[in-house]
Amino acid sequence: MAEKLADQVGPYFGEFGGRFVPESLIAALDELDATYQHARKDPAFIEQLAHLHKTYTGRPSIITEAPKFAASIGDIRVFLKREDLNHTGSHKINNVLGQALLAKRMGKKRIIAETGAGQHGVASATAAALLGLECVVYMGEVDTIRQALNVARMRLLGAEVVAVTTGSRTLKDAINEALRDWVANVETTHYLLGTVAGPHPFPTMVRDFHSVIGIESRQQMLDQVGSLPDVVAACVGGGSNAIGIFHAFLDDENVRLVGMEAAGDGVETLRHAATLSMGRPGVLHGAKSYLLQDEDGQTSESHSISAGLDYPGVGPEHAWLKDIGRTEYIPITDTEAMTALRLLAQTEGIIPAIETAHALAGIEKLMPSLRPGSKVLINLSGRGDKDMETAAKYFGFIS
Amino acid sequence: MSRTSDVLKANKATGGSLIGYFPLGFPSMRESIDAAVAMCESGVDVLELGIPYSDPVMDGLVIQQATELSLANGFKLKDTFEAVREVASRVQAPVLVMTYWNPVMQFGQERFAKELSEAGAAGAITPDLIPDEAAGWIKATDEHNLDRVFLATPTSSATRTEAACSSSKGFVYAVSTMGITGAREDLDQKAKQVVAAVRSQGPDSMTAVGIGVSTAKQVREINSYADGAIVGSAFVKAYQHGGIEELKAKVAELAKGKSK
Repeated sequence: MAEKLADQVGPYFGEFGGRFVPESLIAALDELDATYQHARKDPAFIEQLAHLHKTYTGRPSIITEAPKFAASIGDIRVFLKREDLNHTGSHKINNVLGQALLAKRMGKKRIIAETGAGQHGVASATAAALLGLECVVYMGEVDTIRQALNVARMRLLGAEVVAVTTGSRTLKDAINEALRDWVANVETTHYLLGTVAGPHPFPTMVRDFHSVIGIESRQQMLDQVGSLPDVVAACVGGGSNAIGIFHAFLDDENVRLVGMEAAGDGVETLRHAATLSMGRPGVLHGAKSYLLQDEDGQTSESHSISAGLDYPGVGPEHAWLKDIGRTEYIPITDTEAMTALRLLAQTEGIIPAIETAHALAGIEKLMPSLRPGSKVLINLSGRGDKDMETAAKYFGFIS
Repeated sequence: MSRTSDVLKANKATGGSLIGYFPLGFPSMRESIDAAVAMCESGVDVLELGIPYSDPVMDGLVIQQATELSLANGFKLKDTFEAVREVASRVQAPVLVMTYWNPVMQFGQERFAKELSEAGAAGAITPDLIPDEAAGWIKATDEHNLDRVFLATPTSSATRTEAACSSSKGFVYAVSTMGITGAREDLDQKAKQVVAAVRSQGPDSMTAVGIGVSTAKQVREINSYADGAIVGSAFVKAYQHGGIEELKAKVAELAKGKSK
């Protein structure tokens, strides 16, 4: 066990993580791990990625204080880490550019990706266009309908979008199909996994690429506010934006780290995606972690108004951090998230993604345990443009 | 001691072995049991009973659709052992189950091995469990005298092929081509290379070639250099198309590939 929590790297986070995949993929995972281990210490790679983030992504992203939003909740201060202002509209680009550069290093000319809300697919298609890679995005058929605009964006960027019609036709099945493609084309193709799940080295590598969120915002809080936040909050589906902002704070004992999961219709129903709150350890998509499943180990279908959180698994590092008590996770229903989405829009003029709205909604639930004047840093992981149709229907602006 | 490797060894003199897969509960438990028995009567030497799983990343569309139907029709993991017990009592062939790892983990690997063994199974194939993660499974299968089959693939290093050989019991599953299950017209020449690697890393290991095998010609060719040919999707497809009669005909047709 590493001395500092932040030093922990895969393949295992406590009992979680590992590699539960067909042998066919092991050579590719080893190659990726070796390439990444070399690249992360290579000044040329570090400079190349930093340059792209500065001149293309738009990093560093700013922090914005949200006083009217905070006042409507109680006596706290709220700060938003504006990942929504990144190119392509979410945090996803941080990881995508890193992995796309690694794909080029490995001489692979084709990338494949899975996507739920479409944000990771759009970011992957963007990086592929920028770096001259062929790109195929797997997306559950259900998600291609509720995120039709993102499908159009990906196609406009030159990517092929494959609607997955097996299983529950959502993110889980898109990952299955991407894994099948990878098994068949592993020698020419890099699987650009979009979250901190999957077999080693993905959970560690994707976390590292997103850790810039926490590194920047920790310094920004010190420089602009004069102290660390009391609470850092983020939504959790697979867990990439949350681990990205949590990681720099893991060893700050006085900073409370809270992840908000999608409770869909409510955790008392079967229609939710609150994996850490309601699941139990198991194996899905190559790693051991918490999982929504039946008694036979068959994966349960998850439900959430937000396609990006609609996933029955979660990254293994979150499972470990939960079990050792470093992080906590609370479920947020569709209704609570949509209410918070509108509140932020009308108090601060910022429309967040529905995924992100779960993090905003969770602050109210924390209030009984917060001291007056507490400083809360929320990862505003994505913007709501892609969700306008869902939101417009939800609020009755269109039928 | 392994019943499966004994059968594969014994059959080498007469032209090799045909290993056949069929998913449990497809289209119903009763029909899958009868189909499995019929396969053995028609020329299958080693039987693989597939345990349906919600996220079968190593399987192509034919097997996905069959196992999805089985789950939709109410397949329960605990029914596996009763099904194995009946099939094993009705056939001479060693009966293996093929299962993804999470159902075993949830059931408890020790308990799973015990019940499998008591039901008369010869062992299990676990496509998403690599030897690196299998310490507990190796112990459990040793205790209950079960075969356990790991995979060797065209991209496996010599070290990993050696690990597949030394960890497997019964045979090593040589993955013929980079891909998932499903019939293919031409088998990758890589199958030969994988078998050669297994021969060199594990001289005492039996090895059978699977993924994409669907014709008697392929069965014959594979048995000329390996210890058995594994067929799954082609049998499921035959059953989907023409029920148990077409399945029996397909098995008989492919079994002809075993004659020298």
